[in-house]
Amino acid sequence: MKRTSTLTRRHFLNSSVALGGAALASSLNPGQALAAADLTVGFIYVGPKDDFGYNQAHAEGAAAVKAMAGVTVVEEENVPETVDVQNTMESMINFDGAGLLFPTSFGYFNPHILEVAPKHPDVRFEHAGGLWTEGMPTNVGSYFGYIGMGQYLNGITAGHATKTKKIGFVAAKPIPQVLLNINSFLLGARQVDPEITCQVIFTGEWSLAVKEAEATNALADQGCDVITCHVDGPKVVIETAAARGAYVCGYHANQSPLAPEKYLTGAEWNWAGVYTDMVQTMLDGGTIDNFVRGGLAEGFIKMSPLGPAVSDASRKQFEATKAEILKGGYAVIKGPMKDNKGNVIAKAGESFVETDVALESMDYLVEGVIGSTS
Amino acid sequence: MSDTTTASPSGASVAFAQWLPRIEAVVIPLAALLGGLLVFSVFLLVLGKSPVDFYGLIYKAGFSTPFSWQNTLSRVSPLLFAALCVALPARLGLVVIGGEGAIVLGGLAAAVLGTMLIGAPSTLGLLVMAIGAAGIGALWIGAVGWMRFKRGVNETIASLLMAYIAIALMNHFVEGPFRDPASLNKPSTAPLPDSLRVGDMPIGIEVHWGFAVGVLACVLAWVLIDRTTIGFAARIAGDNVRAAQVQGLPVGKLIIGFTALGGAFAGLAGFFEASAIHGAANGSLVAGYGYTGILVAFLARHNPLAIIPVAILLAGFEASSGLIQRRMDLPDATILVMEGIVFVVLLFSETLYGKIAVFDPKFWGGRA
Repeated sequence: MKRTSTLTRRHFLNSSVALGGAALASSLNPGQALAAADLTVGFIYVGPKDDFGYNQAHAEGAAAVKAMAGVTVVEEENVPETVDVQNTMESMINFDGAGLLFPTSFGYFNPHILEVAPKHPDVRFEHAGGLWTEGMPTNVGSYFGYIGMGQYLNGITAGHATKTKKIGFVAAKPIPQVLLNINSFLLGARQVDPEITCQVIFTGEWSLAVKEAEATNALADQGCDVITCHVDGPKVVIETAAARGAYVCGYHANQSPLAPEKYLTGAEWNWAGVYTDMVQTMLDGGTIDNFVRGGLAEGFIKMSPLGPAVSDASRKQFEATKAEILKGGYAVIKGPMKDNKGNVIAKAGESFVETDVALESMDYLVEGVIGSTS
Repeated sequence: MSDTTTASPSGASVAFAQWLPRIEAVVIPLAALLGGLLVFSVFLLVLGKSPVDFYGLIYKAGFSTPFSWQNTLSRVSPLLFAALCVALPARLGLVVIGGEGAIVLGGLAAAVLGTMLIGAPSTLGLLVMAIGAAGIGALWIGAVGWMRFKRGVNETIASLLMAYIAIALMNHFVEGPFRDPASLNKPSTAPLPDSLRVGDMPIGIEVHWGFAVGVLACVLAWVLIDRTTIGFAARIAGDNVRAAQVQGLPVGKLIIGFTALGGAFAGLAGFFEASAIHGAANGSLVAGYGYTGILVAFLARHNPLAIIPVAILLAGFEASSGLIQRRMDLPDATILVMEGIVFVVLLFSETLYGKIAVFDPKFWGGRA
């Protein structure tokens, strides 16, 4: 239904109030210098880029791109997943001459990127977390990382640190990416002690500080002594948990400055490596694959340095497991395994390795997780 | 009596005197807007940023090229509807700030009806979706009016709290009963078919029909308030409920009717968001338009016609927010600070009505 036409745009220009505007606009354009760069790369964030979380992880990637020669970076934060982001993308293309865009929030993909991309075939759109499939515009790509493995490693340090054998997880929404993280966190801890259980609380929103604090306090009240999370900005969870005396595992970015004593480790995105690679490919005139995935081995994710509270035994098992994962083909979900309602999710001998696409539609919590997906 | 007749001014100056309040109603808000921008310039100078660059960027990003106009006008539609949801009840003296709830539920209703209407003729399908969205919006905000009239529940608090309930309901339905199983990581209703998507107006820039319908809604609301007996009765009731009741005006019907009508407009905003922008209902419907609408309505002094230019101006400010972030290295909240300052200056300017000599007929030699 949406229409594109350059002819009618010209009509509009001729007939509208914008008449005098075009001339004035060029004289006002402080961005002319931007056009001199070989490639302008635009980053769009759904929240503040210093949120100690999802957006900061991407902004760290943007900072690495900024340091590359021949590249200009433009950034915009707090852009809602509405027509706003469509306008921001077009604004970066029209006013900044962007040739590569990273609209980083999940909700930007469908319909917004898919709407704007066909109008700008010369611009490359790269999206985190989306599932690019055949038939979608070819100038769109989606990339993501197997960060569940990071939560699994988090779980190992949690399993060693917990005394109550109860660990906690503050989660945003019961969607596949989050469920995989929760399950991985518990299964990591159960590598240390199969008695451990994990209490999960869903806040229902990606960024809702008050509920995140309440959830963290509720977990601490129930005796959870290691807490992690999957929300956009883990700052509140980490600070609240540490204030309650619990150990914490990070997510998205490195939160150790928020709780230096209590921070065990964290599952971090390593977008700096991914983004500089992609930008270099563009600068070299190459093409980026439309569907890109990677894990620890490919440098898509990384672990925060182990904190002072991590014991030697913990460190040893952490490093050993990490080495196993780096070899590739590691499976966290492997049979025999049941979900927390008693249904079989993996028969004996069956396993789902990290690259298995089936994991991207996960809809269960494994046995030992206390909580419900609905 | 004879005294007044002899001193009566000529016909032309009578007409002039009649126009004075209208001129006043235009000049004072404009002066307040300029005053606010001036105050904000000082703020920018303190930060070491050039106000000239700043306002230049607003012009460039919001109003200079066809794309700028697209960027601005494509944001206007929900603001028009959301502002009407504030302005209509305001004529009855009610402060309704929960339009967001009606927008969200309107979007949900439109998307859900759409999934049931796959295969229906485009016009019929869209009409049913729009009516459903307006209907749920009318029920939601009309309920606020009903509680106000029947139970004396404060409409401001009630509408705000009901917005939270609306968002929770929307999340529940989108993540539960109406979830499209294929929407893995962003729970949504099933995608609407192309035939049930509202398209763009044929004006060469991508602005969907919600803009035209929103403008029409503002005009109709103005006619209702300023040119009908119902509107007259509503204004009386807004000025003095007791007096209205003594006069035998149907205050209850007016309150429920005006809140419901405002809610219906907000529901339509949701319809256009779901049908023209998202193509489904999901968490992205909660975009805060209901709250920006409050600002628009107050800036327009609850005059439905004034809502149109004010919404366009505010949309232009927000369209320029991104470029200002990128070019001037100012945080995205800068535009909000500017809007806030303008709002405060405007509220202050309310005290100036009737106090400036040039707007008094006596100043021009006439008699009050």
